[in-house]
Amino acid sequence: MGIGLQHYLAVSALLFCIGLLGVVLRRSLLVIYMSLELMLNAANLAFVAFSRFRGDLDGQVMVFFIITVAAAEVAVGLALIVALYRRRQTVQAEDLASLKL
Amino acid sequence: MEALLFYLFAALTIGCALLVVANPFTRNPVTSAMFLVLAIVSMAGLFVMLHAFFLAAVQVLVYAGAVMVLFLFVIMLLNVREEERRPFRKLFLGLGLVVAGTLAAALFKAGRQPPELPAATTLEGETRPLGRLLFEGYLLPFEIVSVLLLAAMIGVVVLSRKDMNKMPRETAKNVIE
Repeated sequence: MGIGLQHYLAVSALLFCIGLLGVVLRRSLLVIYMSLELMLNAANLAFVAFSRFRGDLDGQVMVFFIITVAAAEVAVGLALIVALYRRRQTVQAEDLASLKL
Repeated sequence: MEALLFYLFAALTIGCALLVVANPFTRNPVTSAMFLVLAIVSMAGLFVMLHAFFLAAVQVLVYAGAVMVLFLFVIMLLNVREEERRPFRKLFLGLGLVVAGTLAAALFKAGRQPPELPAATTLEGETRPLGRLLFEGYLLPFEIVSVLLLAAMIGVVVLSRKDMNKMPRETAKNVIE
């Protein structure tokens, strides 16, 4: 049985949902960040699969850009988390509720 | 053989992703980070199966190398303890599952009938054709991304400056108490 586009899309969709669950359910900001990376990677997998089965390289160039932007995003986000920890001494999302009414 | 490898890598990727999010044994963020490395490396295997060799290499170098080292560095720097297991509020757990389930259903419904695509050609995602496309068709986005990286770098330097993080007096008092 050949492996087609749908197989890769199914893996990608599953990964995206796992990442989404992590963002919704976990409380540590760092783990939430890792789940975001998972979601980005799921999108990357879908892009590469489409690129392969369409027969052009544009999707792969897009993945290249996504990886670059994700690296920049991780750097800024982690700097924010460190700054937050210096002020509030916590990285738990539930302890950061000072904007709550 | 190809199918076997696909299922192996797919199972590894999804299993490790699950262990990142919901590890039954520990809530230690270092464990999550290590399983994320495994998930990313097995996804690089999937990229190789899709003939995206350059992206597989970049995935291992940038994600498993640079990004995860950054994550581990911050985890160690902040000395994060194990996440406490507070009981979930039933409502929020249900809502989260509903959101993820709906999304999964929508994605699978969309993916069941993919558009008619031409049969897979002998497309090779090697460095040379990808680089050619990047510097011919995508030169402007490439330059914009480089500016974005510069902006991110400056942003990180500004954010982690010492005097920006001076505590206001009330917060400091709260922390001491």
